[in-house]
Amino acid sequence: MITYKRGHLSIAFVCMVLGFMLALQFRIAMDQKSSLPYQRVEELSTRLLEAEKERDALREKVASLQNAQPTPDGTAEGERRLKELRLRSGLTPLVGPGVVVTIDDSKIQSKAGENQNLYIIHDDDLLKVINELRAAGAEAISVNGQRLIATSEIRCAGPTLSVNNVRSAPPYEIRAIGDSATLESALRMRGGVMETLQVWGIQLEVKVSQEVAVPAYKGAAQFSYAKEAEEASS
Amino acid sequence: MILALLGLGVGIILGSFCPLIVPVTYSKLFSVALLAGLDAVFGGFRSALDDRFDNMVFMSGFFINGLLAAFLVYAGDRLGIDLYYVALLAFGLRIFQNLAIIRRYYLRKRG
Repeated sequence: MITYKRGHLSIAFVCMVLGFMLALQFRIAMDQKSSLPYQRVEELSTRLLEAEKERDALREKVASLQNAQPTPDGTAEGERRLKELRLRSGLTPLVGPGVVVTIDDSKIQSKAGENQNLYIIHDDDLLKVINELRAAGAEAISVNGQRLIATSEIRCAGPTLSVNNVRSAPPYEIRAIGDSATLESALRMRGGVMETLQVWGIQLEVKVSQEVAVPAYKGAAQFSYAKEAEEASS
Repeated sequence: MILALLGLGVGIILGSFCPLIVPVTYSKLFSVALLAGLDAVFGGFRSALDDRFDNMVFMSGFFINGLLAAFLVYAGDRLGIDLYYVALLAFGLRIFQNLAIIRRYYLRKRG
């Protein structure tokens, strides 16, 4: 068979080096394969932890700010006024008769060439519903657990909707407290908002309830720009 | 032959239990060096079959080729030329060529 003329030892040495390198390379490849996703997981979990910490800290801040509100000046009138203002500004959770409206994207497949956007819920659809509810005298409204207050926004954020800077995905649940019969008929009005939306197959469901719970506004209520001013006589 | 296989086994065992780790930045160079080594070994095997085996050529081919390949890839990296793939292609081609020749040698011997 093969005959090596000389240097058997050197060949063995070379083979040893080769085997060493092979094993090392194999180990590196295994390491890289296994460690990369791990690194990603680790990174993500630390970021999650940080975000959670930040959230908790902010929540505490919100709680302390809310507690730091001026106490009533002792008189019954002041207390009553403060309570009313808190009620109006959405800082207290409320309960009462009203409606729960659930809206979900259309199940109809858009036909070829048709704009798909017509079949999904947009901010203006939600705004129309909420506007109708307000017109019908709704006293407190929340969207997916976010209380609508004076500064609340409703806008598209990609495929989701952002309310009070909190994003949520469909289905959207709008809770409104008010005269439930008026609220319901306002939505079901002929040619009204419900009919318009149902043309596109958007699923709208109105449920009348005697116990609608609307949560309090959870964000921070602080103005950094607006200052109180004397009412100017125009 | 037995000595060579024995060396290979010892090397693999050493490599598996060696705590040394090549940093990720140099893993490219290392893999090229490894490929060059593989090429040299297959080349040596083939030349042994051809009865042209020269120990000096084999040894120098193994070590100098590996070092040169790694150096070239490193230099290419510095210059913005990705020689890594070129080295992979060149060494890979040669390995397969040598393998084909070795295969044919054994086929001819049998037939």
